[in-house]
Amino acid sequence: MRDDVEGKPLVEVRNLKMYFPIYKGILRRQVGQVKAVDDVSFTVHEGETLGLVGESGCGKSTCGRAILRLYDPTDGSVILDGTDIASLNTDDLRQMRTDMQMIFQDPQASLNPKMTVERIISEPLIEHRKGMSAKERSDRVGELMDAVGLNRTFANRYPHEFSGGQRQRIGIARALALSPRFIVCDEPIAALDVSIQAQVVNLLEDLQQKMGLTYLFISHDLSMVRHLATRVAVMYLGQIMELAPSGQLYSDPKHPYTKALLSAVPEPDPREESRRDRIILQGDVPSPANPPTGCNFCTRCPVAQPLCHQVSPDWREIEPGRFVSCHFAE
Amino acid sequence: MSDTSLQEMPKASSLSRDVWNQFRVHRGAMAGLVIFTLIVLAVIFGPMIHTVDPGFMNIRLRNAPPSWANPMGTDNLGRDIFAQVLQGGRVSLAVGITAMLLALFLGALIGVLAGYYKRLDGPLMRFTDLFLALPLLPLLLVIIMLFRDTLRQAFGPETGIFFLIVFIIGITSWMQTARIVRGDVLALKEREFVLAARSIGTPSRRIILRHILPNVISPIMVSATLGVANAIITESALSFLGLGFPPDFPTWGRLLFDGKDFLTLTPERVFWPGLAISLTVLSVNYIGDGLRDALDPHIRGR
Repeated sequence: MRDDVEGKPLVEVRNLKMYFPIYKGILRRQVGQVKAVDDVSFTVHEGETLGLVGESGCGKSTCGRAILRLYDPTDGSVILDGTDIASLNTDDLRQMRTDMQMIFQDPQASLNPKMTVERIISEPLIEHRKGMSAKERSDRVGELMDAVGLNRTFANRYPHEFSGGQRQRIGIARALALSPRFIVCDEPIAALDVSIQAQVVNLLEDLQQKMGLTYLFISHDLSMVRHLATRVAVMYLGQIMELAPSGQLYSDPKHPYTKALLSAVPEPDPREESRRDRIILQGDVPSPANPPTGCNFCTRCPVAQPLCHQVSPDWREIEPGRFVSCHFAE
Repeated sequence: MSDTSLQEMPKASSLSRDVWNQFRVHRGAMAGLVIFTLIVLAVIFGPMIHTVDPGFMNIRLRNAPPSWANPMGTDNLGRDIFAQVLQGGRVSLAVGITAMLLALFLGALIGVLAGYYKRLDGPLMRFTDLFLALPLLPLLLVIIMLFRDTLRQAFGPETGIFFLIVFIIGITSWMQTARIVRGDVLALKEREFVLAARSIGTPSRRIILRHILPNVISPIMVSATLGVANAIITESALSFLGLGFPPDFPTWGRLLFDGKDFLTLTPERVFWPGLAISLTVLSVNYIGDGLRDALDPHIRGR
């Protein structure tokens, strides 16, 4: 694990906001908005893996999709290598797509059931490498299938003939087809069973070393993120609560939410487990359509003060490389 | 891992070959294909072998039972029914298939556009509702009153009325297809493989052609097969109302309606065209069923 990576920033996300309007009534008037991603800023350095963790519905996936401009962000900018993706027009965006790809959560749903593996993997090549002959394309698909550990003889098969892990490999091969530099992994292992998860994670690590990839790794699996990520960002209700190098975040969490989240990871040893103090949060996550005033976490925070209910905390760097959004974190 | 790189990429097996291989396994579909081919061949080449003029009246041989000279008997004016069924089949099949294709094209187009583009959904579906709410018969009357004579002058009486009927049936029967297709497209476009295609940078029109259409093919297939039957029957209803082809011009529907008055006297007059319609509809349905299965990799799969 490399805690000291300070490569040059590849992706810079600045004040990204993604609001979804709510329409109601006969006239379909807009009555509010779901603040799925609310003012998020971070950078991803070249060659690193940034883990993005948080509970279900906190906006992790939306954030990943907005970064790749699969949604049009409400506000903010996403700068990939000097170009602002969030404001590009359609044609330029299409060109940028070769640099950034996505690996999806559900390998069953992310592959077209009516296409063979070869057609699925060659789709990006057909779209972006117009000069390629059919022979070259087929060779490239073969290389990619080798790279992700799929037997080349499977090229004519359909997705339903594969196991979950193999399907995810197909999805990875498709994402790699254009040799992108930045890949958003949207919970790539959540739909797989545990033995396959390790295979896929190892594959992702191997590929990163060989091809110098940069990952934004979205997950709710804290131990997997600890294993894989260089730095970790913790999200809650559309905002990032804490961002720190992986080792420091797990050994010394600063934000009360991170502390509570980490204390939910069970201990393998039952004696340790029974003696351990768990921080159990009270109540439910507020609706992102109606977040609390002040700090987003104030309604459930065990150490909340009156100030927290009034003033939204700044996103501040308390130590070099450690960012926290809390008034009282030291 | 190491020995996989030594293997050659397998030759892409052609999709049409796979589909045909699966289609052959479906017995009903094969039977349907054989019967439908026979009907088409009989209708095209039959009048060259059975050279009796369908309009020739042999008054002395009225209401004759089947014989070697008149294999299906004769009608109340002494016309040969077999010759009329063959002649009528040409028109009925042509009307049925062309009208179905037109309705299918319109229905699939409107359904896909409404389902895929959110902005078009409202207007297009209200447009569909509008067509569903239209009282068909008055509409048909108006259309025919307006266009019959101009079309007849432009293309001749039979071809002109053919275009008119195909057009009328086509534009009044696409709504069901459009609704079904829209529903399926709405569900499909939320699937992650469509999102994956967008993250690759595939433009919308190619997403529709490559990802959406192949996945809505089965409901389209079903409405297609039902559409043929519907078109044949609508054509006969139109002819019966005097809005279709001229009265002396045989179509299957026309023969059926002409024969119904003589049901007690010569029941075979209704039987033969009815049999032809039923066999066509049934065989087309089975062909559609087989095709749908053959196009689905889950069923085609090993």
